[in-house]
Amino acid sequence: MKEMFVILIGSALVNNVVLSQFLGLCPFIGVSKKTETAAGMGAAVVFVMAIASTAASVIYTFILDPLNLEYLQTIVFILVIAALVQLVEMILKKKLKSLYNALGVYLPLITTNCAVLGVALTSVQKNYNIPQSILNGIGTALGFMVAIIIMAGIRERIEHNNVTKSFQGSPMVLLTAGLMAIAFIGFSGLL
Amino acid sequence: MNKYSECLFNGIIKENPTFVMMLGMCPTLAVTTSANNGLGMGLATASVLVLSNFLISLLRRIIPDKVRIPAFIVIVASFVTMIQLLIQAYLPALNASLGIYIPLIVVNCIILGRAEAYAYKNAPLLSVFDGLGMGLGFTIALTILGACRELIGAGTIFDKAIPFLSHYEPMTIMIMAPGAFFMLAMLTALQNKFKAPSATNTGSSKASLACNGNCASCIGSECKENRMTIETAREEKETAEKEKKAKEAQISAKTKQEGSEQ
Repeated sequence: MKEMFVILIGSALVNNVVLSQFLGLCPFIGVSKKTETAAGMGAAVVFVMAIASTAASVIYTFILDPLNLEYLQTIVFILVIAALVQLVEMILKKKLKSLYNALGVYLPLITTNCAVLGVALTSVQKNYNIPQSILNGIGTALGFMVAIIIMAGIRERIEHNNVTKSFQGSPMVLLTAGLMAIAFIGFSGLL
Repeated sequence: MNKYSECLFNGIIKENPTFVMMLGMCPTLAVTTSANNGLGMGLATASVLVLSNFLISLLRRIIPDKVRIPAFIVIVASFVTMIQLLIQAYLPALNASLGIYIPLIVVNCIILGRAEAYAYKNAPLLSVFDGLGMGLGFTIALTILGACRELIGAGTIFDKAIPFLSHYEPMTIMIMAPGAFFMLAMLTALQNKFKAPSATNTGSSKASLACNGNCASCIGSECKENRMTIETAREEKETAEKEKKAKEAQISAKTKQEGSEQ
């Protein structure tokens, strides 16, 4: 139990996927203009990452590892994740209309996101078993959600401020991300 | 300038993937903690880019249009796996410091972007040169950024101490995670200040640093859009210059006429 908690906290806060590993930077900067869209994106990432890391670890444990095909992991993971997200999108569209309305817009954006592939690869690299990998996926996604929502909140505030001309737009966003990253370094004392 | 050298020039300077197109930012930020890491990552990406451009260009008449993106991904992923195994075998130190970012070359915008925008439409040899140009542009950019961060953050370059900097107290934050964001912020701010050609400062609100989240299939969306914004900005500048020249020519012609009349 204690070990599970360590994995969750470690992946969500200490090794935050955006602010210390630089994965999923594109949606972090691209979709963080408003808090609502950021929350939607965060929820979609939690959903996709949980499913994707489950699928990836099941395939790795039951197919690739017994057959000594570990070297195929990159190819297999990216294809499986991309196909799976498309499939989930179709199922949601048919069966769960309300969930699709909430997350649908964001799903195609994360089909082949580097963060999703990154989580699957990290789980393999750290020799996690299936429940640990799923937890790692959920933790990472929660970390992403926390980071993107905070970022969106800050950006909404910056909108009304008078920023020096050269720093308007992306430089200001990046500076904000840097300051957030400094704050997140503080979590490394947790473990 | 012939077609081949133009391809190289285009990739290294005119459409430099990092400084001008602002693509592939995840690896750029993650691995530029030192000049060595930047160089290693750049060369790994460049070799994947050259090989995948070559193969995709050879297969461009065979791959059906509808399944081209999965086909590209499979080709790129195979080459990435090969490069990863080679690095694991011959450069274990680099493998340890780059870690997970080597397999993640698969979802680098630059590679799939070039496959879609260039290799799928051009002859094999040209595609190889395009890959070489873009790859070298990426390598040079990563090495420069890595060297800057290493110099400020550790006081060394390529792990070698600089003699006249022996009393310099390094700002360690620059080689930690936040330093990457600060460096990129400074870079984009300088580009804004000096109005350098770059996808993030052409005035259009659409241009952004990122492909709006979709790393691999940014083919066709933001990658192309980033390119478009640069091109439209360049065209506008050129037409404005032409108009200016035409006006000046008119004025000088007028003054000449007046002079001759007098």
